[in-house]
Amino acid sequence: MRKNDKIMLGIILGIALIFGMYFYFSKKEGSYAVVKVDGQIYGQYSLKEERTIEIPSKDDNYNRLVITGGYADIEEASCPDKLCVHQKKIQKSGETLVCLPNKVIVEIKSEEKSSLDGIAN
Amino acid sequence: MAKKMSIYGMLVATAFLFSYLESLIPIPIPIPGIKLGLANLVTLLSLYILGEKGAFIIMIARILLSGFTFSGMATILYSLAGGILSFFLMALSKRKNWFSIIGISIIGGVFHNVGQICMAAVVLKNTAIFYYFGFLLIAGCVTGCLIGIVGKTIYKRLPKNLTI
Repeated sequence: MRKNDKIMLGIILGIALIFGMYFYFSKKEGSYAVVKVDGQIYGQYSLKEERTIEIPSKDDNYNRLVITGGYADIEEASCPDKLCVHQKKIQKSGETLVCLPNKVIVEIKSEEKSSLDGIAN
Repeated sequence: MAKKMSIYGMLVATAFLFSYLESLIPIPIPIPGIKLGLANLVTLLSLYILGEKGAFIIMIARILLSGFTFSGMATILYSLAGGILSFFLMALSKRKNWFSIIGISIIGGVFHNVGQICMAAVVLKNTAIFYYFGFLLIAGCVTGCLIGIVGKTIYKRLPKNLTI
């Protein structure tokens, strides 16, 4: 490796660290999960209620989202790679579960934002 | 001409094979877009053996071939976004002689992931996916570095008359 290689590696790792810290410190206690399918909001679910949601997507595909103990987790899915099923259960704001093949995103939002939304409404 | 054709054929076949091998290796990290990038080894070496134009043709041929064989249209879109962005930056840094072959491979690994995540954000119409950006950068550094070390070792051992 040349000196330039190391400088470049340092810069990239630095950017990764900044990104990681930003997400780490901006995390708040999550209060509800927003489910989006192909960019459209499919539903919003409180993390306090235990429930199972079947999320249908194009061509008879589905992801099964389970909310339990304040966590959201995809337990089963029809996608070929199952990356969404293997992702860890999520709880804090900003954390996401992604299923690229089915174009499904589950994102955790915190209370603060929803109360702001309430004021705006 | 015959020699050129056989080298192109060999490289496309190798890249195609690597894409297949790659699909057999399970990655223990469940983040969309993370992979070893074995096929990028071929793009990297092609850049040194054939130059920019040849390497570009081989990369596009490989993405289309393996995409239609193993995955589908959606995956091709991600691969093309990652492939073209990383190729452009690898070719640029080689032309400007900024980095060694390992550095160029790291650029390739990192920007392949950057291209893919940007395409994913467009397809999903959502920026929440950038949650994974930091992980993808680090993963790109690690895999790019590994591929670069292998690439360097292979390039040293390639017969000198292979280059055109």
